[in-house]
Amino acid sequence: MKLHTLSVLVENKAGVLSRVTGLFSRRGFNIESLAVGTCEEPDLSRITITVMSDDAQIEQVQKQLNKLIDVIKVSDITYLDRVERELALIKVAAEPGTSRAEVMQIATIFRAQIVDVGTKSVVLEVTGDTDKIDALEKLLRQYGVKELVRTGKVAILRGAKTVTPTK
Amino acid sequence: MKTGARILIESLQHEGVDTIFGYPGGSVLPIYDELYDSPLRHILVRHEQAAAHAADGYARAGGRVGVCLATSGPGACNLVTGIATAYMDSSPVVAITGQVPTTMLGNDAFQESDITGITMPVTKHNYLVKRTEDIGRIVKESFYIANTGRKGPVLIDLPKDVNTREIEYTVGGEKMNLRGYQPTLKGHKKQIEKALDLIVQAERPLIYAGGGVILSDASGELIRFAETLHLPVTTTLMGLGAIPGDHPLNLGMLGMHGTEYANFAVTECDLLVAVGARFDDRVTGKLDTFASHARIVHIDIDPAEIGKNKRVDVPIVGDVKSVLADMLSLLKKAGATEAWHKKLKHWKQHHPLRFADDGKLRPQFILRKMSELFGPDSVIVSEVGQNQMWTAQYYQFKRPRQWITSGGLGTMGFGFPAAIGAHFACPDLPVFDVAGDGSIQMNIQELGTVAQYNIPVKIAVLNNQYLGMVRQWQELFYDRRYSYTELPPVDFVKIANAYGVEGIRVESCDEVESALKTAVETEGPFMLDFRIERGENVFPMVPAGAAINEMIGGHTPS
Repeated sequence: MKLHTLSVLVENKAGVLSRVTGLFSRRGFNIESLAVGTCEEPDLSRITITVMSDDAQIEQVQKQLNKLIDVIKVSDITYLDRVERELALIKVAAEPGTSRAEVMQIATIFRAQIVDVGTKSVVLEVTGDTDKIDALEKLLRQYGVKELVRTGKVAILRGAKTVTPTK
Repeated sequence: MKTGARILIESLQHEGVDTIFGYPGGSVLPIYDELYDSPLRHILVRHEQAAAHAADGYARAGGRVGVCLATSGPGACNLVTGIATAYMDSSPVVAITGQVPTTMLGNDAFQESDITGITMPVTKHNYLVKRTEDIGRIVKESFYIANTGRKGPVLIDLPKDVNTREIEYTVGGEKMNLRGYQPTLKGHKKQIEKALDLIVQAERPLIYAGGGVILSDASGELIRFAETLHLPVTTTLMGLGAIPGDHPLNLGMLGMHGTEYANFAVTECDLLVAVGARFDDRVTGKLDTFASHARIVHIDIDPAEIGKNKRVDVPIVGDVKSVLADMLSLLKKAGATEAWHKKLKHWKQHHPLRFADDGKLRPQFILRKMSELFGPDSVIVSEVGQNQMWTAQYYQFKRPRQWITSGGLGTMGFGFPAAIGAHFACPDLPVFDVAGDGSIQMNIQELGTVAQYNIPVKIAVLNNQYLGMVRQWQELFYDRRYSYTELPPVDFVKIANAYGVEGIRVESCDEVESALKTAVETEGPFMLDFRIERGENVFPMVPAGAAINEMIGGHTPS
């Protein structure tokens, strides 16, 4: 079993996400992370999915995804050189005084932005790969994480290679 | 100005549809109003499930897209088993459902069900139509998707207001928008050459042909290919008829209830050429021992089938017909396989299919008789269970599309309505539904349909007052604990009579031939209630999970 990252280019239509995720759920796979958004081509969306699977099973899912009428292209980029990023918004308990100063110090080290300041908490915005965000979250736990929201992982290939429609 | 319903009907006609199987209801009233004076023939079934199976049977018997129609909510839900059946056997069906008006979608309106959501995993594609302007294009795309590539069912969900709205519209000239759908039809030349090299090198080659050969109308190419290279052929349940049952190269069906010689051949072959087949568990038994001495060539239109269950040495993605034609044009010489054919002949002689031909009324006797009487000039549809396996074993199919059965999903209740559909595709041939007393009762209400339209479907119930196949498993693997598999006797002739359909009960072998002749000679539908030996089993049998050469009820190995 290995964490696989799939990049899926789809028609931007109602129901497409459901068709895509249905192929994972029928095999009992839990999707670890999912990010969907519009992309460089109008009418298309790009989905980045990470899921635990062995190579044979993910190959079968990939082939099944390719069969969906609304799927334009599927690439398993797990073994390719790529840039991956997640974004997290973290609301941390930070009373004015020492703890707030420490939280802000940690934010600086992680190159996180303070995007909101309240009387008893601050909201940090951080981007990075999964490990970096995990590490920051772990450090902030001691001050009290009131709420945490993470986007799914997005990924793009390094260099000239792309996941774009063939032809 | 035209209503959406009108555009729908005109679009169906534009696709060449002549027959629709359906059942009316509230949300499809606008469509039924258009059907009232349309040249399209609509067959009113008695349950929507039967409409889906009938459309499927029509598609399988005639090779054209079958169409069914049902209302929203319960009507649409009742289609689901039929759609799933078509999906598992790659049958081209377009299912049209009514839906509540767009303004009420998602509000739990009366007779609302999310049928596009429900059928997502059992359709090749489906549509919820939101605009009247899109109906024409969606119908065109649906027929194209259903009947190309790996075929399969497509559902079109039409909200009532989309059907009633009037717009200026001319059918024809719609542009499809399917950039994500480009099935590969032509096989890769290098791969084909590699496969041919393996074939000429092989000492013990074997073709394993499946339903894909029938679906791609490639029976002629398959036979020529096998004959030219002198390759023996075994077929799956779905592939029966791809090569005539009495063809010298045919080894019959393989798998769980296959012939001993076909299963021996798979086990010992050194090259297996899978053609439009998908290595289903009922075919392979234990995967590790299936064709374990063989290199494997796999020809299939669906790339997802390649390597799904079994590692393949030479995959060829493409339409079976086109790939076989290319192989025939590229082939050089046949390999030396005399010793192999000698061995196969020996197995065939010493391990034939057999049953106790002792004068008692046994199903195998009936099917052998049917095969003798009707030959290729018939369409044989089955239900699911023992009736299906006996038919597969003992009816000698002579041509593709002669045999119609629910293979993948194994849907009891499929046969009778599918036989109705088959009749409309092949109106000049007698159509039989070979049934069990369990299966026939799953859609027996369709006696109403055959009676109403005088549809000449002949039902042959192999009546053993059991859910026979489950009973067989209980006998063999569950210590004869017959848990809920005994059925009280039913007088099927009386039931048929109540609908105005004639019938005969048959209790002995010497009545069989005249009863079958009477059934065929009687105009319209007919019910044959064969009271067969109750404890008869289907043999040989490979227990689930065993190697396919380890059969119960076979001969002692030689």
